[in-house]
Amino acid sequence: MNSQVNPPASYSRAQAMAILARASLIELEQAWISLGPISKLKIILPAEAGLAMVRGRAGGTGQVFNLGEMTMTRAVVELEGKQGHAYVAGRQLRLAELAASFDALMQARPQMNLMQSLLPKLEARQQQAKELASRKAQSTKVDFFTLVRGENAK
Amino acid sequence: MYVAVKGGEKAIRNSHALISEERRGDLEVPELTVEQIREQMSLSVDRVMTEGSIYDRNLAALAIKQAQGDLVEAIFLLRAFRATLPRLAHSLPLDTAKMQVQRRISASYKDLPGGQILGPTYDYTHRLLDFNLALDGMEREQAVVADQGVDPHLPRVADVLNHEGLIEPEQQGAAQEPFDLTRQPMSFPASRDQRLQALARGDEGFLLALGYSTQRGYGGNHPFAGEIRLGEVEVWIQPEGLDFAVSIGDIKVSECQMINQFKGNAEHPPQFTRGYGLAFGHSERKTMAMALVDRALRAPELGESVRFPAQQPEFVLYHSDNVEASGFVQHLKLPHYVDFQAELQLVRQLRQEHQAKQRDKQQAASQGADSAQAPSTASQSQEPNHV
Repeated sequence: MNSQVNPPASYSRAQAMAILARASLIELEQAWISLGPISKLKIILPAEAGLAMVRGRAGGTGQVFNLGEMTMTRAVVELEGKQGHAYVAGRQLRLAELAASFDALMQARPQMNLMQSLLPKLEARQQQAKELASRKAQSTKVDFFTLVRGENAK
Repeated sequence: MYVAVKGGEKAIRNSHALISEERRGDLEVPELTVEQIREQMSLSVDRVMTEGSIYDRNLAALAIKQAQGDLVEAIFLLRAFRATLPRLAHSLPLDTAKMQVQRRISASYKDLPGGQILGPTYDYTHRLLDFNLALDGMEREQAVVADQGVDPHLPRVADVLNHEGLIEPEQQGAAQEPFDLTRQPMSFPASRDQRLQALARGDEGFLLALGYSTQRGYGGNHPFAGEIRLGEVEVWIQPEGLDFAVSIGDIKVSECQMINQFKGNAEHPPQFTRGYGLAFGHSERKTMAMALVDRALRAPELGESVRFPAQQPEFVLYHSDNVEASGFVQHLKLPHYVDFQAELQLVRQLRQEHQAKQRDKQQAASQGADSAQAPSTASQSQEPNHV
């Protein structure tokens, strides 16, 4: 990492969890393997798939209503007295377990600098995908033009 | 005496085997994968998620495969699967203003800030069958990538109107938990939260027809598609074990803000009113129909007379769910042997009575005719009217 060039990234725990929730299973699995064995990791709440009721607002700003449910997975682990939580969209047991483990690790062993080494990489990939989708959408923006009418043509 | 009859187990088992073979179709043709359905039949997936009321692209794709492409059956499968999953959380209300927009159009303002973004749509296609799609190995057209992304701050059209006070502001409603049809039975009078949930999971065909009926004069309010959006929104939950909210992922939703006329009354000057549609995935037709029906159902609160089907909450909400509707219509296929025997007996009995009555009348008439032969014609002119 060229951490001298880029100032070290700083993330709140909520930001870190949001990035981990959007990571792919392969990304987290590889990152976990690269750390070597992590001992003393205790599973508090085994990964469990379930539902979250998604809510909307009438007109986008008004009365809250239940739109429908989505699948989600949660897991809680513990490492050296620190609990790691994961709440991720979809039915992704292993991903939730890994995300919870990283959450615990970042709190229990800040000296490992996972915030600086792992998260920016994951976030960059997620941002790139978002930006590409946005640029494709922007290519469909309408440019209106006015035709010159007969009485104006001179 | 009622005698229970059993049987049909073998026939049912064999029927399952037969439907499995039918579903697979010609073995010379490769089998569809769930991933192929998820990626290439994504609008079917979106409808099944919306009306099945579970956002999960893999589950919906599997349901479509299992149902052999019958979307109402797939929706039923998804609803049934729901019963196996615990409710872990509810989300904070989605903020569609912060949507990562893929499509955003307005039929009421040409030059709205951020512009008209068509996104992926079949609206401007010629609806001619494209036989190229039937060919293998053809290169498919790729999206054009603009230099920049979509303007991240796209104001809502309704908010633009709101600044001028030209549109009714949305009411926040009571701070209580919103009505939940998955836990509470339908009840009336239905508040807007209950109605919107029922409409969101309601059958697209039914709502489309009702929305269309309002346009044709059965409760119309001269609507404009104020704004239609498609894109991804973040889902936040507040977990029990943490003291901060967590963003668990992004889901694709469609949103429609319909702007409608309102004459005004003694307290309120004339202003536009709203109808709202929101659905999972790319479900634009659904959200437009939903917005029309939402507005029609608001007739009483806006002082309009309720005269048409789309304005009647009980009619709309009791018949919008296609799992319920399909179940009740299709239960007619189940054995009703005993019911039918009873009906059969009843009809036979009624026919006997009818025939007996006819006989009596004929006898009475012929007797009357016999006795009327001789006397005056006065009684004859009265008699036929009473037969």
